[in-house]
Amino acid sequence: MPEAAKSNSESQKKLYHDMLLIRRFEERAGQLYGMGLIGGFCHLYIGQEAVVVGLMGAAKQGDQQVTSYRDHGHMLAQGLDPKAVMAELTGRSTGLSRGKGGSMHMFSSEKKFYGGHGIVGAQVPIGTGLAFANQYRGSSAVSLTYFGDGAANQGQVYESFNMAELWKLPVIYVIENNHYAMGTSVKRSSAVADFSKRGSSFGIPGINVDGMDVEAVQSAGAEAMEYCRSGKGPIILSMNTYRYRGHSMSDPAKYRSKEELTEYREKRDPIENYGKKLIDRGVVNEQDLKQMDAEVKKVVVAAAEFATESPEPGLNELYTDIYA
Amino acid sequence: MSTEILMPALSPTMEEGKLSKWLVKEGDVVKSGTILAEIETDKATMEFEAVDEGKIGQILVAEGTEGVKVNSPIATLLADGEAPGAAPAKKAEAPKADAPKSEAPAAAAAPKIEVAAEPEVPPGTEFVNQTVRDALRDAMAEEMRRDELVFLMGEEVAEYQGAYKISQGLLEEFGARRVIDTPITEHGFTGLAVGAAFDGLKPIVEFMTWNFAMQAMDQIINSAAKTRYMSGGQMGCPIVFRGPNGAAARVAAQHSQDYSAWYASVPGMKVIAPYFAADAKALLKAAIRDPNPVIFLENEIVYGKSFPVPKLDDFVLPIGKARIVRPGADVTIVAYSITVGQALEAAEKLAQDGIDAEVIDLRTLRPLDMDTVLESVKKTNRIVTIEQAWPVCSIGSEVCSRVALDAFDYLDAPPTKVAGKDVPMPYAANLEKLALPTVDDLIQAVKAVCYKA
Repeated sequence: MPEAAKSNSESQKKLYHDMLLIRRFEERAGQLYGMGLIGGFCHLYIGQEAVVVGLMGAAKQGDQQVTSYRDHGHMLAQGLDPKAVMAELTGRSTGLSRGKGGSMHMFSSEKKFYGGHGIVGAQVPIGTGLAFANQYRGSSAVSLTYFGDGAANQGQVYESFNMAELWKLPVIYVIENNHYAMGTSVKRSSAVADFSKRGSSFGIPGINVDGMDVEAVQSAGAEAMEYCRSGKGPIILSMNTYRYRGHSMSDPAKYRSKEELTEYREKRDPIENYGKKLIDRGVVNEQDLKQMDAEVKKVVVAAAEFATESPEPGLNELYTDIYA
Repeated sequence: MSTEILMPALSPTMEEGKLSKWLVKEGDVVKSGTILAEIETDKATMEFEAVDEGKIGQILVAEGTEGVKVNSPIATLLADGEAPGAAPAKKAEAPKADAPKSEAPAAAAAPKIEVAAEPEVPPGTEFVNQTVRDALRDAMAEEMRRDELVFLMGEEVAEYQGAYKISQGLLEEFGARRVIDTPITEHGFTGLAVGAAFDGLKPIVEFMTWNFAMQAMDQIINSAAKTRYMSGGQMGCPIVFRGPNGAAARVAAQHSQDYSAWYASVPGMKVIAPYFAADAKALLKAAIRDPNPVIFLENEIVYGKSFPVPKLDDFVLPIGKARIVRPGADVTIVAYSITVGQALEAAEKLAQDGIDAEVIDLRTLRPLDMDTVLESVKKTNRIVTIEQAWPVCSIGSEVCSRVALDAFDYLDAPPTKVAGKDVPMPYAANLEKLALPTVDDLIQAVKAVCYKA
């Protein structure tokens, strides 16, 4: 195999692997929640994996990311240790935030991951501020600011759009349209359902992307990053995606039909479909995928073990990290 | 060896539930995502999915069973090619009853924030009279010269030179990159500045008045103040929010509010409310250098007042230190911001009646320098607080309650509060006057605690 094709096949395998890791991680997180080992709110990313994996496939070192409370996938996609993420979910001292943030509040200075925000829409001005910092410093980094179709109706999103375009800030607004803001469908909550147009009154261009197709996401991401890095200002990527589970663990998701969910799971699943594609292309065979699944499972089981065997934070931690 | 499938908790509060319906039967092959059963929680009926692949061995709990405890086995799952009952089920997935305990002992109480000793002004230092307005401007200019990462952002701070002229001349010196006019969009630019601070810049955000910061409250509290804690100390927010606070004159309810107690109640935040020009300058410089989010509460009426400021290249005061601005023996008056002026005026008048009042300017509201207050009360045995804010849950309430707790045996009279009236600020001149605390109110309160009414 020529060198270029080989590296290409490696990067395709990585896309598949990273999506699979998120899927298996989230399933395990759901199970630990069921055992009472993860508490509070826990929002799973199952079904949406292609969005963050595709964009990370297009991002460069130094690009920043910020998202909502549905954040486990975003952290795994940028290579954060699944053990540290899972241990944060179980509230242990070995977690990314030493057990003080939980599922919704995780950060990594090293990976330029700026959270993990529990308040719907709050991450949008913050992500815009990251882009402001890039411009202020004259760096070429781009801020990837993720939010959902629900957050897209928050006022601060439009305040951010206005400043981002006014000052030509290098920010990609990634709207993950999974069609339901908790239980309220886009149809019932959005006057204009085409989220790629949400920046039009500010002059921000938008692209509609099939968020269930990891390569479509990657190439739209690359286009958007090129746009931002060339100093043209912000851009919107509207990702058409779907979450298979409820909004959080305690949501039975009765607001949508079984048929709708089945349609996505069986016909549009990002992992299943990409696996088939890679087999068709001859990049992998069935056996390779099985083996990858077994390896990913091992990683996730080890993460779960680590997260249940690690100690809780010391009681002295109650009063640390409030002030520098 | 088979594994047990356990009854899941499917809500934050579920302890047991009903196994409403099995959607698989013994011998069915399942994989990740296969829906195994419907389970009724305390909130809803949920679908329960398989995580591991395998074949359903035994169903241990019949459908329709109520009160199934969370984490009790409900079925077994066989690995490939395994016969039911071939080996005892292993409890590989069973949770540990409790997380391993940490050895570290609990902290007895919240640790005190370290406050450095106040630097002495060297003898022979020249003092120049300066308005609070100019002192604030100089503080920002000095820090912007010192640190390239510091910038100022807000409504009308650049070309207009500041709605209250605090940023006069800064655009000319530092340019539009570092002195930034924003659209009228408090929620947005506050969040933007917080994001920039997460990334290591050091924004100064000017609110034209603190009344407008309510639009941005979520970003100030939830994003700026809590992130260091939520990130386990990884990420901080070195930012200063500043602007005029409290009542100005005749601008009525929506533009006349003192937010001191709101912000001072938030862990993760520091809050400063100076009165004198030297303190305004030295504490704003400290705030800009501080790695934590700092709320800097100014006062419009005080902006134009002139006070002596030491002529020093780099005069910085520690955050968290109160100052005795008038020593006295008979009663302690605790004030901050504009009421320091009222307290000093009252003290002069009280002296004529033979009452020697000690006046403390808190300067910082969080961390609150209770040591200075308690030491004073132990000497005077009486305390009156004065503030323009509403009286309920105020800074004065906090000071009085801490004095009652920590210096009870020293008190010769009830700790007493003088505050604004418990009403939205009225517009009419006579009512507005009635709503704010006066020097006379303070004098009456002091005489009452001295039993000299």
